[in-house]
Amino acid sequence: MLNILKKFIQKVFNDIFSHRGELKLGFYGPPNAGKTTLANKICMDWVGEEIGKVSEIAHETRKVSVKGEVEVEHDGKKLTFAIADTPGIATKIDYEDFIKSGINRAKAKQRAKEATKGVIEAIKWIDNMDVVVVVLDATKDPYSQVNITIIGNLAARDIPVLIIANKTDLKKASIKKVQAAFPQYDVVGMSAKKGKGMDEFYEALFALVG
Amino acid sequence: MVTLQLMPYSQIEGLSSLGRIRKLLDVAKDDTVVLLQGRLKPEEETELIKATMEKINKDFKGIELAVVKPGKTKEGGFASIKNDIINAVLGDRQGFTLVGPANIVKAIKKDPDRIQLMMNKSRKRR
Repeated sequence: MLNILKKFIQKVFNDIFSHRGELKLGFYGPPNAGKTTLANKICMDWVGEEIGKVSEIAHETRKVSVKGEVEVEHDGKKLTFAIADTPGIATKIDYEDFIKSGINRAKAKQRAKEATKGVIEAIKWIDNMDVVVVVLDATKDPYSQVNITIIGNLAARDIPVLIIANKTDLKKASIKKVQAAFPQYDVVGMSAKKGKGMDEFYEALFALVG
Repeated sequence: MVTLQLMPYSQIEGLSSLGRIRKLLDVAKDDTVVLLQGRLKPEEETELIKATMEKINKDFKGIELAVVKPGKTKEGGFASIKNDIINAVLGDRQGFTLVGPANIVKAIKKDPDRIQLMMNKSRKRR
């Protein structure tokens, strides 16, 4: 039964990414790390439209959003990506946290319900990625188990990983801490919100998959 | 009062991945922090997160999780070879896994030298 379900999900995924030659580029990470902000920046740069809505409140992205045929050019080289922006992965979701952020009770409960489904969906999609950008908030503790679990899973599946230490525009941000936590990976420091570090990002991405 | 249940590796050794996850989650859902001897595989960690998400309701908010691997030795030569052999023999028995219900454990902070469990000050008893 599980195998049938897995094959069905795989088929749906393959249908979405039916264009030949596209690299499936996933954006993973904990909630509110800036995955959608970075994915939006890339999509705006190359196709002129955003992939999703950004919010200060966690779990704004509760479904996997896909943007295909994103042709990126760097140093005279072109690559075409299908970009998948995934919901933030968490081990706990409490609707009361959303109420504290100013959302009414009914909407908070609905948001929590959708967020739990989003986490499950994000995990299910890992297997289908060709390359993954793990977006971490550089102002936070990089040793969180969610970060380690995501990166450990990608390593176990031999999926190339690029780590982004995001939010370097904030005082508390430390790229060094992220590098120290994951010394075996390329870490690019950037501020997706301010668009700083994009050249370094494309450089590292092309070096990884180009 | 917080209950900490120590779970030797022998209790999960014969179980499938799903069985291990179910066992850990059942204990955590019972307002108990579990300290498991040994560690989960990366795939089991994500399965545990998925299973946790499926169980979330108004009483169960999820878990805090920490998987601790044995530290790498800085020594070379024989000590390094000895550690490689121990790792090969013991495999997943090394290290430990800490799982706590989110209504009790606020956060688990982990760095290479220490682990800190931050507890929730006031929590609702079910």
